[in-house]
Amino acid sequence: MAIVLLRKMAKGQKGTIHRVTASGEIGRRIRDMGLVPGTPFQVQGRAPLKDPVAIRLRNFTLTLRNSESDFIEAEVEEV
Amino acid sequence: MAHPLENLIALAGNPNCGKTTLFNAITGARRHVGNYPGITVEKKEGYCHVNGRQIQLVDLPGTYSLTAYSPEELVARNYLIQDRPSAVINIVDSSNLERNLYLTVQLLELGIPVLIALNMVDMAAARGLEINSEELGRRLRLPVIPTVARTGRGKEELLEAAAQLLQKGAVWEPLYISYGPDIDPVLDKMESLIRSVGFLTDSHPARWTALKYLEADEEVIRKGKEKDATLSGKLEELAEQVSQHLQKTLDSYPEAIIADHRYGFISALLKQGVVKQSHKADRLYLSDQLDRVLTNRFFGPVLMMLIIYAVYKFTFTYSKVPVGWLEAGFSELGRLADSSLPPGPFKSLIVSGVIDGVGGVLGFVPLILFMFFAIAFLEDTGYLARVAYMLDRVFRTFGLHGSSVIAYIISGVIAGGCAVPGMIAASTLRSSRERIATLITAPFMNCGAKLPVFAMLIAAFFPAKEAQVMFLLTLLSWAAALLIAKLIRSTILRGPSTPFLLELPPYRLPTFKGLLIHTWERAWQYIRKAGTIILAISIIFWALMSFPGLPETERKIYDEERASILADAPQRVKEPLLDAGASAANPAGDPGSQARLQEVDNEEAQAALKNSIAGRIGSGLTLISSVTGFDWRTNVALLSGIAAKEIIISTMGTAYSLGRTRRGEKIPLSARLAADLSWTPLKAFSLIIFIMLYAPCFATVTCIIRESTWKWGLFSMAFNTLTAFIISALVYRGGLWLGLG
Repeated sequence: MAIVLLRKMAKGQKGTIHRVTASGEIGRRIRDMGLVPGTPFQVQGRAPLKDPVAIRLRNFTLTLRNSESDFIEAEVEEV
Repeated sequence: MAHPLENLIALAGNPNCGKTTLFNAITGARRHVGNYPGITVEKKEGYCHVNGRQIQLVDLPGTYSLTAYSPEELVARNYLIQDRPSAVINIVDSSNLERNLYLTVQLLELGIPVLIALNMVDMAAARGLEINSEELGRRLRLPVIPTVARTGRGKEELLEAAAQLLQKGAVWEPLYISYGPDIDPVLDKMESLIRSVGFLTDSHPARWTALKYLEADEEVIRKGKEKDATLSGKLEELAEQVSQHLQKTLDSYPEAIIADHRYGFISALLKQGVVKQSHKADRLYLSDQLDRVLTNRFFGPVLMMLIIYAVYKFTFTYSKVPVGWLEAGFSELGRLADSSLPPGPFKSLIVSGVIDGVGGVLGFVPLILFMFFAIAFLEDTGYLARVAYMLDRVFRTFGLHGSSVIAYIISGVIAGGCAVPGMIAASTLRSSRERIATLITAPFMNCGAKLPVFAMLIAAFFPAKEAQVMFLLTLLSWAAALLIAKLIRSTILRGPSTPFLLELPPYRLPTFKGLLIHTWERAWQYIRKAGTIILAISIIFWALMSFPGLPETERKIYDEERASILADAPQRVKEPLLDAGASAANPAGDPGSQARLQEVDNEEAQAALKNSIAGRIGSGLTLISSVTGFDWRTNVALLSGIAAKEIIISTMGTAYSLGRTRRGEKIPLSARLAADLSWTPLKAFSLIIFIMLYAPCFATVTCIIRESTWKWGLFSMAFNTLTAFIISALVYRGGLWLGLG
C-alpha cells in the first residue's frame, strides 16, 4: 500500500480515500459528496484539457479540479 | 397546538434525484413558481388532495447537504427551521443511496418528521441493486416508499403515507447519532448548556445547534451571537478546544469527524439485508459508455460543437414560422390601432410605444421557447454537466467557472441566443464573484436581437461575405467576453475561484411533459418581464423620441407642402387622397402624388426625431462619437437600442427618413446606407463592434439586477458602453490609420 495524491493517479486506477486535508468550504464540499476516509473509488478519466478529473465512487461520478484533488490522499496498491 | 401550516410538506433531495419530476407528478397544474424573498433561488409551490385533505407542497432547491455555503442550502435549511413544515418528503435516488442518505441524516439531525421516497427503483433494479425498503424504514423508524417519479409509480402510496403522518400529528424528534469519543462528550456538554438557558431552542433543537457550533457554521454562530453573546462565546470556545485537540492528535477537524460518522452511520444502516447487489459492481453501464465518447479527448469537443450547432439549427428552423405569425399579428394590431384611433400623441403612444415596444420583445417568445426547450433537453439529459466539465479548464483561465458556460451558451455562444434567460441560468453559479463576472460579460454574446441589425449592416457593406463576417463576429464576441471577464476578475472582482466539484449524473431521457414544464416556467419569466418592465421602458423611450415634437412654424411648412402636392394632383385622385387623410397611403390614389406625400411625411418624421429629446442627446453625443465615426442618426438609434437591440433598425429608418420601417424589413435601410457616401465598411464595422458590446438591453439589465444588485445592473450599462466605445474607437481610428477608411 502506498499513499498518493489523487492528482497523481492514472486513468482507471483504483484507490481508497486515506485523508482529506482541506478545511473550510472546499473541505466541506468534498465531504458532502461522500469523499470520506475509507471510501473506495476509481479514476474514470480526465476532461479533454486534462483537468478536471472524473472519479467514480458510491455509484456516481464526481468531477473535481486538479487543484481540489490535491487535498485528497488516496491509498493505492503498490505497482 | 394548532398550527397554520399543519398541512405543509416540503420536498427535499439531492440535485438530479428526480425531485422536480415527482413534484410535477404530484401537483400537476396546481402549482406556482416564484422566488424566495430577496434571493434568486426559485420557489415552487403546489398542492394536492389526499383523502379529502388538501396538502400544500413546497419544492425546496436541490442540495447535497444542509450547510450554509450555498444560497440553495441556506434557503432549504431556513425554510425548514422558520416555516416549520409538518413533514419533509425526502426524495432519494436509490441507485446512489449512500450519498443521498447523507442529506437524510442531516434532516433527521434537525428533527423534522421525514418520509423517504426511494426514487428510481427501476434504474437501481436495472443496475442489479435491490433495496429492502421495509427494512430500511424499520431501521430509520420512518416510512420508506419505493417510487418511480417518471411514471408516477408509488405516488399514491407516498401521499397516503404523508396523509397518515399528518393525521397522527408527527412531532419533531432529532436523531441522536454518535460522532465518536472526541466529539460526543463535548456535544453533550454544549447541549446541556444550551438547554439550561433555552438558547435558540424555540426554533433550533439544542443538539443541532451544538453540532453547528462544532461544524463552525457561520450562519448559526451569527444568529447565536445576536441572541446571547456570552453563551455563544462559550460554545465557540468549547468548539475551538475540540478543534485544536483533534488537529494535534488526529490532524483532522471536528467537521471532518462529524461527516465521517454520518457516513459511518449510513454504511451501518445499509449493511446486512438492506441493499443487495446482484451484478458485478464495476460493470460499465450505458451511461459510462456514452461518456467514453461524449467526453473523449478528441470526440468530446467535436461532438459538443455539433450538439450546440444542432441546438441553434433546431431553434431557428422551427421558430421561424411562429415568429413570423407573431410579427404579422403585432403589425396587424399596429395597423388596426393606426386606422381606428384619432391622430395625435395618444395614437402615437399606443402604436409606437406600446405595440411596437412590447411586440418587439414578445416577438421573440417562440424563439425563446424553442431555445429553452433545447437547453432543457440538454440539461435534463445530463449533457450540460459534461459541457461544464469539459470547458471548466478554459473558463477558469479567464476567472470564470465551468457553469458559466451555460449562461454563455444561452446568451449566444453561437449567434442567436438571448441574454435574458442567460442571466437566469447564471443564478446556478454559487460564488458571487464568478456569477457577476458572468452576468457582466455574457451579454457580449451575439443575441438574437443583434442579429437583424448585423444582417442589415453586413448586407449593406460586406455583401457576398455574410457567412465569413458573421463567423468573425462570433469569434470576436467570445474573445471580448472572455478577455473582459479576465480583466474584471483580476481587478474589481479579484478573488479565488469557487470549488468545482460537479456531479456527472447518469444520462437520462427526459420526459416530454417534464421538458414542457421546464421550458414554460422559464419562458413565462421572460413574458412577464415584457408585460411589465419592458412596457414601462418602451413608453419612456417613446416619450424621449416623440417630445417636444416640431415647433408650430416648421410643422406648418410640411402642411403647406402637403397641401401644394394635393393641389397639383389630378382631380380624379384628389378625393380618395383627402378621404384617406393626408398621410395615409391609398392604393387607389395617384402613385406620383402619393409617393411625394409619403416623402414629406418621412422628412417631417426625421425632423421631429432630430428635434426630440433623444435626437438632441444624439446630436450632443456627436462630440464624443465622432471618435468612433457615428453621426447623430446612429447615436439616436443606439440610444433606442438600449430598450431592445432590434429597435436600432427602425430608429435608423426614421432618422434616414425612410418612414416607418417594420422590424426585419432590412432592404430599404440597407440599400440607403450602402449608397450613402459618408458610410464606409470600416464605419459599419466599428458600429457592429459597438452594438455587440455596449449596454445590455433593459430586459437583460433587469435580470442582472435580479441576480445581483442594482449597482451591478447600472455598472453593466456604464462599463459595457465604455468597453464598446474604447474598442470600436480603436477599430475605427486604427482602420483609418491603416488607410481602410
